[in-house]
Amino acid sequence: MPAPTLKRTSLFDSHKEHGAKLVPFAGWEMPVQYETGIRAEHVAVRTAAGISDVSHMGEVETSGPGAETFLQRMLSNDVSKIAIGGAQYALLCNEDGGVLDDLFTYRLAPERYLTVTNAANHDRDIAWLREHAEGFDVEIVDALDDYAMLAVQGPRARDVVQAISDHPLPGRMQTGPRIIHGRSALVCGTGYTGEDGVELLVDPADAPALWEEIVRRGALPCGLAARDTLRLEVCFHLYGNDLSIERGPIEAGLGWACKEDTDFIGAETVRAIREAGPTEKLVPFKLTGPGIARQGNAVIGGGEVTSGTMSPSLQVGIGMAYLPAERATVGEPLAIDVRGRTRAAVVASKPLYRHDEETDG
Amino acid sequence: MADASYPDDRLYHAEHDWALIDPSDPGLATFGITWFAQDALGEVVFFDPPEVGSSVTANEFYAEVESVKAVSDVIAPLSGEIVEVNIELADKPEGINDDPYGDGWMVKVKLSDPSEADALVDAEAYRSSLA
Repeated sequence: MPAPTLKRTSLFDSHKEHGAKLVPFAGWEMPVQYETGIRAEHVAVRTAAGISDVSHMGEVETSGPGAETFLQRMLSNDVSKIAIGGAQYALLCNEDGGVLDDLFTYRLAPERYLTVTNAANHDRDIAWLREHAEGFDVEIVDALDDYAMLAVQGPRARDVVQAISDHPLPGRMQTGPRIIHGRSALVCGTGYTGEDGVELLVDPADAPALWEEIVRRGALPCGLAARDTLRLEVCFHLYGNDLSIERGPIEAGLGWACKEDTDFIGAETVRAIREAGPTEKLVPFKLTGPGIARQGNAVIGGGEVTSGTMSPSLQVGIGMAYLPAERATVGEPLAIDVRGRTRAAVVASKPLYRHDEETDG
Repeated sequence: MADASYPDDRLYHAEHDWALIDPSDPGLATFGITWFAQDALGEVVFFDPPEVGSSVTANEFYAEVESVKAVSDVIAPLSGEIVEVNIELADKPEGINDDPYGDGWMVKVKLSDPSEADALVDAEAYRSSLA
């Protein structure tokens, strides 16, 4: 049984009612899957709509006259480009250019930003931000307890939420307040599945009623396991697997989210690696025969698998691995040591699964 | 995944494996994993079958099953030589979840020492070990 110290989201009882299998995850007791099973959940998001409780993710509110200048120094992307009601993906780097977290930041008002953190990094992020806030006219608020977060994803996700929204939903990479099923929500046109959809940030007390209504309207409850297979098929990074303090954004293929001219913390290292070329690169791969490679498996001849699973859409083993740069080209054959057995794979192009591709899965 | 069940016609190993002794040949047994094991594992997405002719040793692993999230060793309840493997599982590993005592069988083994079965427990004892 999970230790009593695990935190629970406001949707804990809803998960139990829907037959969730609950597991410890980053200090939280979270649903890994429901009665219908991971495959069904995965397919629901690819073909219709699914809903996931991601309330374990943290929120940080940064506000004040110095908010933009401060975040520009902290985040790798160009924060000045976020319009009011806009969203942006960025990395939080240390001085050595190592990745502390990857996060979405939403601009709620001219001087007010909301940043969503990974659960396992939230406390460290908050401490890091506060540590560097001196000299900036800025207020940093830990808003973790203020929000529950529901991810509604899939080709039908917007229709489901639109039907209970007071106004048209924000578009992709946009955000705005709406009344959803009679409750205030911050609606964000973002997600982690490669499908269209929205993420809803709501008062934790309102989350169960919203959850039930969205489920009633056809979204299937989806656990963390399906979320992982969904994100890996489209090559979205998972912090702790594909991103870590030991490696930088260029190696991870996230150079597009780094604007060194903004002089963020770590920019000098990132610039140097970009100019010299990284010694290793993160690439997606597919197994060409049987087997499933997993996090930590070695690539023979150099390299390491950081994420691996069986793709429900493609019905083959897929994953991502850091490889020596000279081998990180599409079509490169790989041999992966999977617990002592050599499994054949090939470097593939991103994403591994594309929505418009018909698969025989 | 149906409800929990532990048929009375077979023997159980503490590592959540079963052995069904052939009613007409006490030297032949079929192995698989229990309802409890497949439920703990979650949806099985890959079964790596051993080769016919290879030997298995009681209490040691002879195959691997992988769910979406994890890989597990399958432990042999008894020793012997594999005479047949369920190749259907290579294409349809979900059979292990859907029917762990039927379609989900893994190997048939010619037992080297049928008396090893004395170390296994019956369904009732196995069921109570889970409580």
